[in-house]
Amino acid sequence: MLPGLPSLGKPIDQEAALEYVDVKIKKELADAALTAARAKGATYADVRIGRYLNQAIITRENRVQNVGSGESYGVGIRVIANGCWGFAATNQMTKEGMAATAAKAVAVAKANAKIGGKPVELAPQKGYGEVSWKTPIEKNAFEVPIKEKVDLLLNANGIAMASGASFVNSTLFAINEQKYFASTDGSYIDQDVHRIYPNFNISKVDRAAGSFESIRGSSSPKGLGYEYMTPSDAEKVTGVVTRYKNRYDLLEDIKQMSRVASEKVVSKSVDPGKYDLVLDPSHLWLTIHESVGHPTELDRVLGYEANFAGTSFLTLDKWKSKNFKFGSEHVNIVGDKLQYGSLGAVGYDDEGVKCGKWDIIKDGVLVNYQAIRDQAHIIGLKESQGCCYAQSWNDVQFQRMPNVSLQPGKTPLSVDEMIKNVAKGIYIIGDGSFSIDQQRYNFQFGGQMFYEIKEGKIVGMLNDVSYQANTQEFWNSCVAVCDERDYRMGGSFNDGKGQPSQSSAVSHGSSTARFNGVNVINTKRKIG
Amino acid sequence: MPILSKEEAQALLKKVLSYSKAEECEVSLFGSDGGNIRYALNAVSTAGDISTTGLSVTSAYGKKSGSANINEFDDAALERVVRRSEELAQLAPENPEREDMPGPATFKESTTYNPKTAAMTPESRAELVAKSLDVTKKANLSAAGFLENSTTFSAVMNSKGFFAYNKSTDVIFSVTTRNDAGTASGYAARGFTDVSKLDTESATRVAAMKANASLGARAIEPGKYTVILEPVAATYMMENMFRFDARSAEEGRSFLSKKGGGTRLGEQLMDEKVTIYSDPFDPDLPSSTWGRDGLPREKTVWIDKGKVATLSYSKYWAKKKGVAPQPGPGNIIMMGGNTSLEEMIKSTEKGILVSRLWYIRMVDPQVLLLTGLTRDGTFYIENGEIKFPVKNFRFNESPVIMLNNLEALGKPERSISVESYQSYMIPPMKIRDFTFSSLSDAV
Repeated sequence: MLPGLPSLGKPIDQEAALEYVDVKIKKELADAALTAARAKGATYADVRIGRYLNQAIITRENRVQNVGSGESYGVGIRVIANGCWGFAATNQMTKEGMAATAAKAVAVAKANAKIGGKPVELAPQKGYGEVSWKTPIEKNAFEVPIKEKVDLLLNANGIAMASGASFVNSTLFAINEQKYFASTDGSYIDQDVHRIYPNFNISKVDRAAGSFESIRGSSSPKGLGYEYMTPSDAEKVTGVVTRYKNRYDLLEDIKQMSRVASEKVVSKSVDPGKYDLVLDPSHLWLTIHESVGHPTELDRVLGYEANFAGTSFLTLDKWKSKNFKFGSEHVNIVGDKLQYGSLGAVGYDDEGVKCGKWDIIKDGVLVNYQAIRDQAHIIGLKESQGCCYAQSWNDVQFQRMPNVSLQPGKTPLSVDEMIKNVAKGIYIIGDGSFSIDQQRYNFQFGGQMFYEIKEGKIVGMLNDVSYQANTQEFWNSCVAVCDERDYRMGGSFNDGKGQPSQSSAVSHGSSTARFNGVNVINTKRKIG
Repeated sequence: MPILSKEEAQALLKKVLSYSKAEECEVSLFGSDGGNIRYALNAVSTAGDISTTGLSVTSAYGKKSGSANINEFDDAALERVVRRSEELAQLAPENPEREDMPGPATFKESTTYNPKTAAMTPESRAELVAKSLDVTKKANLSAAGFLENSTTFSAVMNSKGFFAYNKSTDVIFSVTTRNDAGTASGYAARGFTDVSKLDTESATRVAAMKANASLGARAIEPGKYTVILEPVAATYMMENMFRFDARSAEEGRSFLSKKGGGTRLGEQLMDEKVTIYSDPFDPDLPSSTWGRDGLPREKTVWIDKGKVATLSYSKYWAKKKGVAPQPGPGNIIMMGGNTSLEEMIKSTEKGILVSRLWYIRMVDPQVLLLTGLTRDGTFYIENGEIKFPVKNFRFNESPVIMLNNLEALGKPERSISVESYQSYMIPPMKIRDFTFSSLSDAV
């Protein structure tokens, strides 16, 4: 589930954003909470002291609509008492606040234990002692003066308006999660996590026709610092439009997208039917997210998300069979919590498990899921895969998707070489509308740019394109994946899951891939 | 201190304003207190008890403004947050859209608060969940559900004498019941201001009945069908339509934009049976009596017998267009008709009964074309009777087009959106020519 843009917490100034809470103070507070939880009868407890910073700059045309900086600071305490989970959170950051909140968490656990059910079974986890991890950034986005960022966005807007846009919005979001985790297992983990997301939206309105078209930029949200905003030719992928790896060129992109928006307005409405699809990583990440990432979440498979996000068609019997053909032999998909530049990269997850990388789909066969400590035993794992996350200190942590990525093809293959062999196809760049059922069988995806391919050549732009498919049929129709030269990550800044809904950030990498004979529909409709 | 009374909030806000040196200053105070239980596989999975309070200060000098926020409330912290907002305001670029802050205003007391909901505890939540689980255990079904109660307050005061306060409560409950084989699924959702109206046992019975009836679903061809949407399905389908924003319409980028320029205000956009309004004093769905820009909320008709009757204007956009500002809807009530769900089924020669919709996303904002799927109980109707459960469909349809094809309406009921959890008053409805584009194997 991918909702709109993240909301802000409390606004703060730039100076305040650069102050870190002393780790000694955090350890004292955490110890107070753990001691109180044990005293009240908890058999396990963990404490997450979080300081979550975000900054948003929002502009339209020649003006700044909002500059907001937010901070949220507090603690979430999770316990097991009488075999049941309990959770409580507070922003009263004193030892007394810790003790009272720990007691509340234990009371919640005991109240719920009366309902019954199997006691929680946690995979063993060794304590790491006092350790730390930091996103390997080159430039902290919160240290860059607001004026420099505002000027960049307004320059970009000026380019779009000069190129004939009717309206333009541009935004820059920066996130810093300063997370301190402590548990009765003996871990004290201090982490400093950074993410950034620039984007823009250009609209062209034809008032006479009563119609409008919009197009977004080619950036992706990243687990990087402000260095993402420094253009680098080595990080560009050229082609019908230029796309970007771990460095972005906002001014170049808004210029090219202004041109593309003009082309899109006059493009041909698609003829529905079967097409071979050539899907760029800037588009394919979302299809991977919805049709591979979510159905391999173990909590969905087991039924824990049945009331909201749903369950999964990838049931345990399919995994146990060791021969469930999820996709063709070209489909190799990994879970990876460490990948450089990815949104999901952390050293340790939100229940103190060191992160790693593992196969989920190997040579097209389902071989694994994504699990956390209280699920690991169900799939015979001796330890968690480190997939636990909470969006903030006042939300309980639960299983969230790691970066889930399609591995590049092993045989050398460029995008041009791939397109050359397509007789009737559509080359899709950028993500658009998306929807998938509650067990992840049937999906429909749109995009930003659609290029018609005829007899190996791109012949022009198309409009009103969406494709519909069944997940297993779609991945089995994958006939080729370009090599690692084309590998890029897209991602979501705010993937929603759970009740109450929580947002997490996750990346999905791939090279351009080809899928044969996919059903394309025309989405044009009229009112009245 | 998460929930402050009107008097306590007023005293704290006055103190914060006394530190201000800016031309204009506005202070907002907000808090929430509540808890939730999630359960799955007939047992509690997670639960929490969470309270927060925060304070936000906006200082302004001419067209420049800055905001800062804090969750500490000692005198030094309060003065610090005011100074910080003043520094940010001095550094901020001018915003031509910034309007002067409002002066003194009086608002009617809302009816959004219920003390019984505010008094809920981990134990009372657990009891409500236990009643739901009793039903599913006896029915040999597996339940996954969610119960959440919240008490919230917000108060705003500015240096020009404006003060407003509101306190509200809300409780929401939803449950999905499935059989062990994963071949049957049903759902029910309820939302109330007053928890004493919440009957988790009867809601779970409805979900269980749907699950049992959905067993053995058959595949039928997608295409255009007459559909009967139950309120929870109709609510989610229409939720994207309820902004009624004048600015985006006048800018030419909304389904309310008129060909050739301007808006569709006054146009017959839907069937004459469609009337949609807001009313802060609706007994089943009360809302705050003040809204955006500190404007009072009154009963407002947005769609009147199918015609676009009112659009919302921010103070800035209203001034630019020379009209009175109009806050957006604080709640949404769609007027109903006298046709019961049973009568709708009885009068249907060939159609589909839809219990719930899922994963709705915008495909084309020009016509509000949406895609999504049916879920948790989809049934084939022939010659006035439900014949058998059918496999779920994907649809590609616009609520605006759908409301042109309206055949009948039932009585509105409080219904929650399955994605936003926002409550609305929406009737069941019968629609002809609803577009299903493909089949799904999902249960």
